[in-house]
Formats: sequence, structure tokens, C-alpha cells
Amino acid sequence: MLAVEELPRREELSMVDFELSEEQRIIRDTVVSFAREQIRPAAREADEKGEIKAEVLEQAWQLGLAQSFVPEEFGGFGNERSVVTGAIMAEELAWADLSMALAIMAPRLLLVPVCEFGSAEQKKRYLLPFCTDRYLSASAAVVEPRFDFDAGAPATTAFRDGDAYVLNGEKCYVPLAATSTHLVVLANAENGSESQPALFVVERDAPGVRIGEREKLMGIKALATSRLSLENCRLDRSSRLGADEPGAVSRFLNLSRVALAAMAVGVARAAYEYARDYAKERQAFGVYIAQKQAIAFMLAEMAIEVDATRLMVWRAAWKLDRGKDATREACIAKRYAAEMAVRIGDNAVQILGGHGYIRDHLVELFLRNARGFAAFEGMAVL
Amino acid sequence: MIDFELSPKIAAARDMVHMLAETQMRPIAREYDEREHEKPMDFITLMWNLQQSQAAQEQAKEGKDGEPSERALRTVVMVEELSWGDAGIYLCIPGPGLGGAAVQAVGTPEQKERFLSRFKGGPPKWAAMAITEPGCGSDTSQIQTTAVRDGDQWVLNGTKIFVTNGLMAADKSKSDGFVVVWATVDRSAGRAGIKSFVVEAGTPGMTVAKLEDKLGIRASDTATIILDDCRIPYDNILGSPEVKKAKSTEGFKGVMRTFDATRPIVAASAIGIARAALEFTRQVLAEHGIEVRYGLPTAKLSALEKDLMDMEGELEAARLLTWRAAWMMDRGQPNNLEASMAKAKAGQAVTFITRKAVELLGPLGYSRDLLLEKWMRDAKINDIFEGTQQINLLIVARRTLGYSSRELS
Repeated sequence: MLAVEELPRREELSMVDFELSEEQRIIRDTVVSFAREQIRPAAREADEKGEIKAEVLEQAWQLGLAQSFVPEEFGGFGNERSVVTGAIMAEELAWADLSMALAIMAPRLLLVPVCEFGSAEQKKRYLLPFCTDRYLSASAAVVEPRFDFDAGAPATTAFRDGDAYVLNGEKCYVPLAATSTHLVVLANAENGSESQPALFVVERDAPGVRIGEREKLMGIKALATSRLSLENCRLDRSSRLGADEPGAVSRFLNLSRVALAAMAVGVARAAYEYARDYAKERQAFGVYIAQKQAIAFMLAEMAIEVDATRLMVWRAAWKLDRGKDATREACIAKRYAAEMAVRIGDNAVQILGGHGYIRDHLVELFLRNARGFAAFEGMAVL
Repeated sequence: MIDFELSPKIAAARDMVHMLAETQMRPIAREYDEREHEKPMDFITLMWNLQQSQAAQEQAKEGKDGEPSERALRTVVMVEELSWGDAGIYLCIPGPGLGGAAVQAVGTPEQKERFLSRFKGGPPKWAAMAITEPGCGSDTSQIQTTAVRDGDQWVLNGTKIFVTNGLMAADKSKSDGFVVVWATVDRSAGRAGIKSFVVEAGTPGMTVAKLEDKLGIRASDTATIILDDCRIPYDNILGSPEVKKAKSTEGFKGVMRTFDATRPIVAASAIGIARAALEFTRQVLAEHGIEVRYGLPTAKLSALEKDLMDMEGELEAARLLTWRAAWMMDRGQPNNLEASMAKAKAGQAVTFITRKAVELLGPLGYSRDLLLEKWMRDAKINDIFEGTQQINLLIVARRTLGYSSRELS
């Protein structure tokens, strides 16, 4: 078990550095070409049809994007897991398409918490059958259908009953719920005087688990998300992850905030680049519209915000890599990134004018996807 | 390898400077805001002496450990602390300043020795930079001040305004400093004709005509300097005297390179003020039981908490862009785009944060009993000097769009 405190620390060697490592550059380049060649060209059709082609997910799995950090004995590549590297990947995937990025990374919703907080027995139980040579999706049920949903105080309950927990509650925004074998569920563990959020691995076919109809959302339309009802769902207590680690849920949520913020940077960058390229080709009054300060300044602000937000995301990720509490950094980065992505998506549509509103162009898709980040929680982890 | 931890050396220097800012600057911040045009001479002497001993130490160490340079990063970290203490008083600190930065950026080894060695001893000295004129600011190609060669001398004529530390650098009775003056050697050549010249303090023909009364940074003098047949030695020109007319703007680019070094420093000063305002606001609110509950959904956060989170985000964003621009400088990478990004963002961030801080604390924020209203006034200059926000956006736009100044004006 890789306890939070045992993560490698290299403070004595520290100095501020903005350079990716050689390994990170190689990974980024691989993801960039995959995203450019396989994901982006399929983005519009996937959104219209509401489905993601299985080949893309299969290819991403072969590249190891979701599971490379899983130890070899459990079917992974045994690479060191870095949240910063994860953030770099997440940005590039989301740049190409947010729905597909979430689906490609979905196995991590199970793999990350099991690797971080799981006992040896839990790792054997969950990782071995999951990490095969084929892509399998996993999911996490975190968000609940209330305007004031608070991940720190979920209304879904897990009452301790002897050697079991009994789960009850309603979840929404559960990605790939219908096709995932395992779901990590956030519920409030209640056992006598104990009452605190906890993570449970729930098998989709377990009694008491009901997957609702597919949700109809404003964006991420290619990704199937569902409601999930838990009705007296009895789990053996060995299904609880990180029971002995008080920081487990908070770390899981912070890893998800950083993941989503990194994806927001990707979506924002996609919108910025699309609008920039358009503005350099579209003429008005005898010049390219990018030559007009009204447009050029919007684009300059977009460029600045994308860079600034990425650095904030990296900083939160870097802190998580050091095993430190990064609640403040992760929350600030996620809030900032969610607002930034919507603003940039909106400005991108604005720069394309009427064309931005037409579904022939991708900027309206970027705007719809960007709008979701404020509501998303626990839908991806690094 | 991505890392956001300051090296132990920089962290130690930061802690020392923070102590100075807290004990030597904050207590006199209000006083020297009210007593505009007066200098905190005790503080100035203290800082000068500290710089002397530190410079000696560094010279002894230089090149021994073979560590990569962190000079620019260290500077922005220090400036954030000093400006946290007081932005106006920070600007009064003697030393090579902007004028020295220009010599450092484009001077020959001989010039660096001749102009910069004076900062290694003796009484406090200042160097200033004179660019702006009554008729031109950001559009430096319109500079009217002329430099005409006469034998082994240049003769300068013109009026310069908004010269930070102009009095301390130009007036021989204040210091043995110098002013770097931007002037044209050939008006018909436009930007290619713009050169920079070092004018020693007390040179006949150079006079300080006026000190401006300002919205903020009142401890710092902002001078009008008149050059009237001011004669300087021929080799006081920085960079090549040649005017390459064939559309070349090499010389101009040379002088503009100075900004790549100075913009992150101004950004750092902005961040220092912003942090001062945010820390103070948070502290007052915490005393009344109001603290940000990170992780709560938007629906459960109070308006104050949301504002504080937005302020934190802006500060963080500006600081990281600034560190990146300085880090690139240390590695010898071109950072023109990144320096302007940092400057544009930091100027926006500090005006937003200080304005919010005044707003959040209501009657306390507006009162001259506290420093919040002063920080808001001090903040604004960072959105203006070393290139206004708009000029920096224009540079970012040209760089990211790949346009020349002709294509995007």
C-alpha cells in the first residue's frame, strides 16, 4: 500500500523549474499525436450521435494512458505515477474532445483509488481482473442531483451493519455507469459515532444497484452518463477503500479537481486555438479580423489565461505528487479553470460570430463542454 | 522537471527580505505616502549597506558551485517581498535599477564596468531610465529627443517626463548616479534611429525641472528632466551607433530587450501589493470568524468567500506567469511574450485585488487609518508603467498571432 506519507520527497533538490522531464515530453508527444489524429477528427460525429467509437478507447488503452502506473504484477506497465504527467495528458486529451478524454481516463476512477488506498487483498481483487489486454470502463458515482451537492457531506449513506455496509442514495453524472463493471461510490459512512465520507467499490450487478436512464446534458453528449440509485445495497466491509486513511476521500476529490481543471485548460485551449486560426483567415474591411485590436486583445487574454491556468493546475498537481494536502490549490485551480474555460469558450463563439453558433464549427461544442466543469466532480482522477 | 519549490538559497533570502519589509518598511509606509517627495533616508542607507555586503558575499561565491543561475527568479521573489512592505519605498531603494538594467542588457563589457562598478561602494547611488516624453509614451518610435554627434561627443536636446528616481539619479547633490536617455540619432529612420545614452549625474545641460504629484507610490520621485545642449562622451551610447535603414530595427529591438528583464520585476511588485491587500483582508475577516471553506459547492459559499477565492486565483495566476518569465530569463531563453503576459496579468490582478479588498472591508477599506486605500492607489501604477496593460496585450497578440507591428497596430 502506497500511503500518502510514503510518496517520494525530493525537497532537498528543489528549485523552481518549468521544464517537463524527458519522459513527460515523450508521453505528451505521444498523446498529442493520438489526440490530433484519432480523437479530434471524430469529435463532432461522436457528439451528434451520442456515442464514442470503441476503437478509440481500445487504442488509448493499448497506449497505457489509463493504466501505465498500475504495477506489472497486476497487469499495468509499472511506471511511476505522476499527477503532473496525468495533468499534461488530461489537457491534451480534452483539447481533442472532452467526452472521449473522460471515457479514456475512466478506468482510473477505479485504478487510482485502489492503487493509492487499497490493501494488498483489494488490489488483487480489483486490479487483476480489470487490467487485461482490453479496455474496460470503470466509473465513479460522486455527484448527487441537488443544487447544493457537497462532496464533503454526501447525502448517500453507508450504514455499518456487522461486517457489511448498507448503501442508500441517489447519484447522477455517473460516467459510463451502464457499461462499467465497477463503480467507486462516495457515501457517508455511519457507524455509531463515526460519520464521514468514504469510498466504496460497488459492482454494477450487485443487488440494490439500479442504473437509471441515460442523462441528457448540455455538453459531453458523446459520453453516456446516468443516474444511479442505491437501495439497501449491501457490501462487505472489505469493499471500503482507505478505511484507515483519514485523508483518502479528500485526496481522491483533490485528484479529481486537478484532473477536471487540467481538462478545462484543454477545452479552453481548443476554443482559443480554433478562434485564433479563424480570425487569421476571416477578412473584414480589407484586413484579417485578428488584425483588429478588438479581436486581437480577446485572443491575447485567452492566451494569457490558458497559460496561467495551466501553471496553477501543475502547481496543485505537483503538490499532490509530493503527498501533501493540496485542497486549497486544487479548489482554487478548479474554480479558476472552470470560469476561465466558459469565458474563453464564449469569446471563441463570439469571434466566429454567426459561424460560431453553427454546428459546422467546433466552438459551440467547446462552449457547451466548458460549461460543465463547475458542476462536474469526481468524474476523472489523475 | 516541474517544480514550484524555491531553492533553499532563494527561500532564505526571501525570509530575510520579508523581515526587512515587515520591520523597516511597513511601519513608515503611511508616513512617506503623506510626506510626498521626502525620502526615507535611514531606510535607504540601510538597504544600500545591505546590498554592499551581500554583493561582496556573492562575488566571493560566484562560479564556485556551478549551479544554474537563478538571478532573475531571485529578483522577482525579493521584489514581491519589498513591495509587500511598501511599493513606493521599494522604488526608492538605491542601486542600478532600470538604468542599470539597460546597461546590463545592451552595454559593452567596458561600459558595464564604467557605469556599474560605482554600485559596489561609497554612498548610495541611483540610476534611472528616461523614455517617456510629453508627446509620446508607449509609442517610443515617436521620441523627439535628439542626439547629435559633435566630434567625440553627443549633444542631447529634449524633455523627458515620468522618470522614476529621476531626481536621485540626475542630481549630483543626491548621488553619483546616471540616467539612461532614449533619443533619436536620425528622425527619418524611425525606430531604427532610437538609441540609448548614459548621462552622468550633474552633466551640464541636464536639469530636473519638476517632481510629479501622484495618485500613489508617493515615496518615489517621478521627475521631469530637461536636456539642453547636454554634452556627453561619444562612448556613452549603449549598443551600436549605426543606423541600419534597410527596414532594420535591430537597435530598437536592443533597447526593447530591456523590457523583457524589467516587466517581470514590475509584475512582481504588483504581486507584492496584491498579496499585502489579500493577506490583510483575510486576516481581518478571520478575526470575525470568516474564512474560506475550500471544497464547498458554490451554492454554500458566502459572497465573501467567493471573492476571496477569486482574489487568490488571480494572485496565483499572476505569480506563476511572473516566475515563468523570470525562469526563462535565467536560462537565456527569449521571454518577450512571457514577460508581457506576466506584466499584463499582474497589472490586472493587482488592481482587481486591491479594489476588492477596499470594497470588502467597507469603511475600513476606505479609511486612511489603514493601508488598504493606499495599496489600491499604489497598485494602479503597475497597470501603467513599463508598458500599459494595453501595450502588453498588443505584444502578446502580435507574438501569438505572428503579426508584425505593421500588421497589428
